[in-house]
Amino acid sequence: MTGEVIAFWALSAMLVVSAFAVVLSPNLFHAVLWLALALTGTAGIFLLLDAEFLAAVQLLLYAGGIITIVVFAIVVTERLVGERITQTNRRIGAAAGVSLLLLGLIVNTLWNQPLATVKASMSSADLTKDVGESVLTRFVLPFELLALLMLVAMLSAIYFARPEE
Amino acid sequence: MGLAHYLTLAATLFCIGLFGVVTRRNTIGILLGIELMMNAVNINLVAFARFSGSVPGMVFTVFTICVTVAEAALGLAIVILLFRVRRTVSADHLDLLKG
Repeated sequence: MTGEVIAFWALSAMLVVSAFAVVLSPNLFHAVLWLALALTGTAGIFLLLDAEFLAAVQLLLYAGGIITIVVFAIVVTERLVGERITQTNRRIGAAAGVSLLLLGLIVNTLWNQPLATVKASMSSADLTKDVGESVLTRFVLPFELLALLMLVAMLSAIYFARPEE
Repeated sequence: MGLAHYLTLAATLFCIGLFGVVTRRNTIGILLGIELMMNAVNINLVAFARFSGSVPGMVFTVFTICVTVAEAALGLAIVILLFRVRRTVSADHLDLLKG
């Protein structure tokens, strides 16, 4: 139990620090690398929540896939290499105010609710097996729709980014 | 660690992401902020699913992760297209619809 507590606070600190670095880093490349750290930390949080399969999906799709295509997009669109341009606009104060207000509102609501403090017992020990079974039985239609969505997204991404004739 | 701890962590990440979306100038930077926000939502879903012991909750998270990945791929394709047409990815200069 203490191991879980230590891991939770360590991962939380890492996540918050890297999230701040993502939004505040003046260099966009550094921001992407910090985002990779934040997404990996999220995989750690999933492990704490006994979701090993989701942690693996998170690492493969996000930390692997998304980071790669974001780096490609930066390379393609960066014209002013090495030139320092301001990455943030003039609304920093208002943005910080709105974000803090929203955070305060959510946290205030959260801690005034009777929420579960212990994890419910799962029906079986192997969660990955359960997820796999329900994806191919009860949720087979959404699963197929998702496959279609991925195909459409892939085709349209290729169409948008095709070379100019 | 109770459910409230995980939800508070997710709310913090969401608000940092929101701050990034509002303040970033570069369109790719805005997309990075959106990724942070969706990531926070996924933490929320997994935490709720685990604390209520529900397998469908986990399945739902698999679906949301896939949809966010599709969104990111399309968003970046649109950014590249925008750059090709307007030669800039700064959100300040993408004001074609402004009257």
